[in-house]
Amino acid sequence: MIPLQLAALLMVGLAGTTVVLARDPLRMTLLNAVYALTLTILFLVFQAPDVALSMLVVGGIAYPIILLAAISKVRAKDDE
Amino acid sequence: MSRRTRIAVCCVALAGLAALLVASVIDLPAFGHYQGAYGNQLNREAVPERHTTNVVTAIVFDYRGFDTLAEEFILFASVVGVTLLLRRAKDSEDEHEVLRKAPDDRTRSDAVHVAGLALIPPLFLLGLWLVAFGLVTPGGGFQGGVLLAGALFVVFLAAGFRAYYELTPTPWLDFAEGSGAAAFTLLGVGALLAGASYLHNFLGPGPRGTLDSGGSLPLLNWATALEVTAAMLLLFSEFLERYVAPGVRPLP
Repeated sequence: MIPLQLAALLMVGLAGTTVVLARDPLRMTLLNAVYALTLTILFLVFQAPDVALSMLVVGGIAYPIILLAAISKVRAKDDE
Repeated sequence: MSRRTRIAVCCVALAGLAALLVASVIDLPAFGHYQGAYGNQLNREAVPERHTTNVVTAIVFDYRGFDTLAEEFILFASVVGVTLLLRRAKDSEDEHEVLRKAPDDRTRSDAVHVAGLALIPPLFLLGLWLVAFGLVTPGGGFQGGVLLAGALFVVFLAAGFRAYYELTPTPWLDFAEGSGAAAFTLLGVGALLAGASYLHNFLGPGPRGTLDSGGSLPLLNWATALEVTAAMLLLFSEFLERYVAPGVRPLP
């Protein structure tokens, strides 16, 4: 295993831990997008660019948007 | 259950999980020593056989095209599910009413407005490029499709809900999503008509490493892109309609 691969794996572990430790849903959503970015780098480093692109678009676009819309909806309900 | 018992049960479960993980890791092949015969064979044969230089896309839309068909319909079914849950009762509210009820959420910040508008064309172009060149370089209909939807979603961020809603009318999205899924299915039927098995690549492989290579593969790729783009936009639209009309409850 080359150092770059090790660094990418450590980054994924670190980012994943921050997602679990966050308690606020909004913060968790943003941290989860960062976690997706580290996974993208991991897949790129392990020479799987197609998987990296899939991870990037799902973790960076599709998933956060739906989570943010849901959180906004729940907060609007709480405010009523 | 008391706290102590809960912790004890959790420790037993964690120990079991750890034992299983260790047992499964011990027998793994050494790092970097891939042992899949099928993968190695595809790596050798996909480019000479299909003339697509991205073997992953050749697998997704050709060798494993049937799996992709199932994935298409997983996405299709999940969007139908979201729509059933979130879309208001038919006739109770049409497009114009949604727009009339929507709050004024025009972007007030010039920086967000300009940065968003500047971001849309390059994102859209990048999405088209990912789809079109998916069989030559990394990319493909799914990745490009989500990015295309993301580019259109930036319209919402840069200009507000009305601009986004008028740019992506829901009936068109419904039509585009269905057409994408239908095109994929019918291309499979095309292979049947040509006398081959379902979803068989019935067009010639074409010149190597170009947008024409792969026969029916680029067509399946574009069908997927259409379906994924429309499916993502539909999901965004359904959630956004909830977001802009917080007072209206979904159907029970």
